[in-house]
Amino acid sequence: MGRKLLLTHIDVPGINTYEVYRSKGGYASVEKAIKTMTPEAIVEEVKTSGLRGRGGAGFPTGMKWSFLAKPEGVPRYLVCNADESEPGTFKDRYLMEHLPHLLIEGMITSSFALGANTSYIYIRGEYFYVSRILENAIAEAYANGWLGKNILGSGYDLDLYVQVGGGAYICGEETALLESLEGKRGNPRIKPPFPAIAGLYGCPTVVNNVETIAAVVPIVNDGGEAYSKIGVGRSTGTKLISASGNINKPGVYEIELGLPVEEFIFSDEYCGGIANGKRMKACVPGGSSVPILPDYLVCKTAAGEPRLMTYESLSDGGFATGSMLGSGGFIVYDENQCIVRNTWNFSRFYHHESCGQCSPCREGTGWMEKVLHRLEKGLGNMDDIDLLVDVAKRIEGNTICPLGDAAAWPVAAAVRHFRHEFEYHVNFPDKVKDPKHGQREPIMPVAPAPVNA
Amino acid sequence: MSAHPTGTHSFDPALRAQLKFSEEAMATIQKIISRYPAGKSKSALLPVLHVAQAENEGWLSPEAMDLVAQILGIQSIEVFEVASFYSMYNLQPVGKCHLEVCRTSSCWARGAEDIVEYISKKLNIKVGETTADGMFTLKTVECLGSCGSAPMLQCGAEYHENLTEDKVDALLERFKSENKRHNYTDLDFKNSK
Repeated sequence: MGRKLLLTHIDVPGINTYEVYRSKGGYASVEKAIKTMTPEAIVEEVKTSGLRGRGGAGFPTGMKWSFLAKPEGVPRYLVCNADESEPGTFKDRYLMEHLPHLLIEGMITSSFALGANTSYIYIRGEYFYVSRILENAIAEAYANGWLGKNILGSGYDLDLYVQVGGGAYICGEETALLESLEGKRGNPRIKPPFPAIAGLYGCPTVVNNVETIAAVVPIVNDGGEAYSKIGVGRSTGTKLISASGNINKPGVYEIELGLPVEEFIFSDEYCGGIANGKRMKACVPGGSSVPILPDYLVCKTAAGEPRLMTYESLSDGGFATGSMLGSGGFIVYDENQCIVRNTWNFSRFYHHESCGQCSPCREGTGWMEKVLHRLEKGLGNMDDIDLLVDVAKRIEGNTICPLGDAAAWPVAAAVRHFRHEFEYHVNFPDKVKDPKHGQREPIMPVAPAPVNA
Repeated sequence: MSAHPTGTHSFDPALRAQLKFSEEAMATIQKIISRYPAGKSKSALLPVLHVAQAENEGWLSPEAMDLVAQILGIQSIEVFEVASFYSMYNLQPVGKCHLEVCRTSSCWARGAEDIVEYISKKLNIKVGETTADGMFTLKTVECLGSCGSAPMLQCGAEYHENLTEDKVDALLERFKSENKRHNYTDLDFKNSK
C-alpha cells in the first residue's frame, strides 16, 4: 500500500465539510505558514520538494514560483487551473468534489507564499456543480477566519473566488485561461512575456493545476525534504492517476511515483487487470495528448527494463518507444478496440478544440480528422497513412501553444506503432464497414511482437 | 473551432425592449461582477452568460446577448465573439433537457456510441435535433472528465454516469415526469454514479 498525501482522509464521512476536515488536521499548513514561515521560506520548501506541475507539463513548481516578478505597488495573482479537460483525466474533479477544503487550504498557503491578495479558481464550465461545492466550502472558510481580512491576526488579506468557464479545452493552456478569465475568447497569448511577468490584467501571475496546489499542503506540513524522499529521482512525491478504459477498476488512484506500470494495471489495489478477461492492446498513459504505447512497450521499456510510473521512465526511449506521464490520464484499450477509430476520435477532439489562431493547427487538425475518418471507414489508400504523418509533422512545433503538438503526437504515435492496423483498413475495407468493427469480436490484428523484444 | 451555427437569428429591437432578467438573476450578476477589480467587469462575462442562458430558456438569443453587453458596459460584439467560441453557450433554442453525451475516447471504448444510438432511437431524433414537444435535445460532446465512470451524459448541472440502457430509460422517465428545464446553474442537481 503506497503512502497517501492528498487522499489520506478521502474515506472519512463528511470530509467535504469544514468541521470534519478541520478535525483531521485541516488548515494546519495555513497556520504553520502564516505564523511561523516567511513567504520566501515556503517557496524554498516547494523548491526542495522537487514538486513538478501536475497538469501535464511537469515543470518544477518552485522554479515557476521563483520567476514571479514583484514590482512595488502592483498586485500579484495566483490562479488555480481547474479547467481539467484532457481526455482521460478526471482526478481534479474527484479531488475538488470530495476534498474541496484541501484545494482551498492549498490556495491560501500558496497565495501567502506568492504575496497574492486575490486568487481565482478557474474551473471548467461543465463542472458547474463542483463550483457550487467549492463556493460552499469557500464560504465555510471565510466564516472560520481562513479567508478575508487579517487572516489569523497576521495582517495578511486574501479573497478567493471561483470562476466557471464556458466549455473549451484550450482554456487549460495557462495564457488562454487568463484570456478567458478576463472575459475573452480562449486564444493563447504569445510568450514571452510569461504570466510570471505579465499575466492576469497584465500583472505578475502564477497559474498552477489543482493537484499541484493541493500538494503544497503536505509539503508545508511535513517539509520539502520529506516530500522529496518519496518517489524516484526527479519524480518526487505522489501523483493522482485517473484510470479509465477497459480495466476492471476505473477510478482515481494516488500512487507513489516509481510504482511499476505492471503493478498499477494488474494489481487489485489499482486497476485490477483488463476487463472481461481480454488482453491489453494499447495504453495511453498520460492523457490523450501523449503518444500511445502498444502492449509490449507498456510494462517494459524497449531496453527491457520494467516501466515505472515516473516522468522519466514513461518517456524512456523518446517518442520512438516511449510516451509521457502527462496529466496522469491513464487509458487502457483491450484487443477489441480499433486503434484507427480511436485515433480518429482523438483527432476529432483536437479539431473541435483548436482555437483557430494558428493555421497549421486550425487546418491541420481538420485534415487529420478527415484523412483518419476516410481510412477508418475503409475508403482510404496506402498514401493516406504517410500523408497523416506528413501533416502531423507540419503542425508540430509550428503553433503558439502546445495544442498543435498535442494533436500531432497521438497520430504520429498511432501510425508508428500500429501501421499494420492502418494497412488492414486499406486492404480489407469490407471488414471495417461496420463502425463497431472489432467491438463485437476481435477481428482487428493485435500488434506483432517486435523482432528484438 | 467552435461548431456553433451562427447568424440565423436576427436581432429584434421590439423583443430586446421587452427583455429583462429576474431580480434574483440581476442580484447574482452583481455578485459575480464584485469578484473582479474595479474596471474589470468584462471578466464576469463567462459566468454571467451562464446566468443569462438560464434566464432565457436555455439559449442566448441576440437580444439576451445585447442585454448582457449593456449590463457589463461592453459592446454586443464582445459578447457574441465569446458566446460563439465556447461550446456551452447555445446560439439556437434547445429542449428543456439538453442531453450531452460524451463521445471521447474513454467513453467510446466503453460503449458511448451504443448509448447515443439507443437514445436517438428511443426519442426518434438524430444527434443535434430536438424532439417535437421541445422536451429533449440530443448532442454529443467532447470529454466531460468522467472517464472512470464511462459512458456518461450531462444534463444541466447533473452528471449521469456508468450509463446502461436501463439507466437511460429511468432517467428519461424522470425527466419527462418532472417536465422542467435543466440549466447548468441549477442548485438542486441530482447526480447519479
